[in-house]
Amino acid sequence: MKTTQKLLTLFVLVLTISAFTIKPKEGYKIGDIATDFKLENIDGSMVSLSDFNEAKGFIVTFTCNTCPYAVAYEDRIEALNKKYSSKGYPVIAIMPNNTDVKPGDNMEAMQKRAKEKGFTFPYLIDKGQKIYPQYGATKTPHVYVLQKTKKGNIVKYIGAIDDNFQDANAVKTRYVEDAVNALLSGNEIKVKETKAIGCTIKV
Amino acid sequence: MRYILPILVVLLMVSCKEESKEITFTEVDYNGLEKVLNKQDNKTYVVNFWATWCAPCVKELPYFERINKQYKDKNVEVVLVSLDFPKHFDTKLKNFINEKQLQSELYALNDMDSNYWIPKVNKDWSGAIPATLIYNSKKREFFEQAFEYEELERTLNKFLK
Repeated sequence: MKTTQKLLTLFVLVLTISAFTIKPKEGYKIGDIATDFKLENIDGSMVSLSDFNEAKGFIVTFTCNTCPYAVAYEDRIEALNKKYSSKGYPVIAIMPNNTDVKPGDNMEAMQKRAKEKGFTFPYLIDKGQKIYPQYGATKTPHVYVLQKTKKGNIVKYIGAIDDNFQDANAVKTRYVEDAVNALLSGNEIKVKETKAIGCTIKV
Repeated sequence: MRYILPILVVLLMVSCKEESKEITFTEVDYNGLEKVLNKQDNKTYVVNFWATWCAPCVKELPYFERINKQYKDKNVEVVLVSLDFPKHFDTKLKNFINEKQLQSELYALNDMDSNYWIPKVNKDWSGAIPATLIYNSKKREFFEQAFEYEELERTLNKFLK
């Protein structure tokens, strides 16, 4: 009886300590397996990563209509899709904002913007805002390059598209392109994480 | 009678001058800003990163202005660092700070290499704004969040003990 009690105390103690030491999960790190999703596209269809049988991976981009940083990158996001979807790395854009706070990001506005800009990639809405917190996206734009493997879609790069938000012509390092090129050629990605200014995701 | 017109003109000039006091900012790259983030004196600095296009930033700006005014005699200084696009410095930013008549110390950061300087401001900063750094010689803390006035005041007071 005494042993059981001691064991029980120990068990509770271990449980208590672990409860305090394990931090809440704050999004993906490099090497984590990214969740799939089923989100509404601007054409009304539901899109999942598992729909892309031919894909070798994905350029998952959290972006929106209303953030000037996201707008500054619109053409470059489209260019990424043009360049890499045929090579097996399509862009999957996800709009994470609460549209009650930002009506300029609602489905209708997304459709309009996609038409104006001629987006060729899926532009999905994270209705219910369940997906972006799992990825750990904090701002727009925020990119996750995933590589498809038997185990799932592995996070290979997190961060900015390139190193100059203001002027596409003055870019020195194209982080996302470098990452995808490395994956395509089977090389190690040199810069796996970058930081950039962006607009807070509106909750 | 002939003096009235000149007097009116002078009065008009004086009153205009009173109302439209030109508000200016200092444009810096990160090397310039780094000094502002690491002052070694007896003051407490509240450094807010914002932009005219950032709605939650614009909403909380008056709280920082209020802190700057009300805590001046308690050795507190508010510094506002604009992350507007440099091409908008002389238009949008200039108009905004003059329209709002901002009284805090103003900087505008012109440094494209954000992957270099964001982790130098704080290693945990994702780059989302609003964000605020509060520091003095004893304590330094970074907040990637928006503030309400009471919360900002409460947080600041922890630095003033």
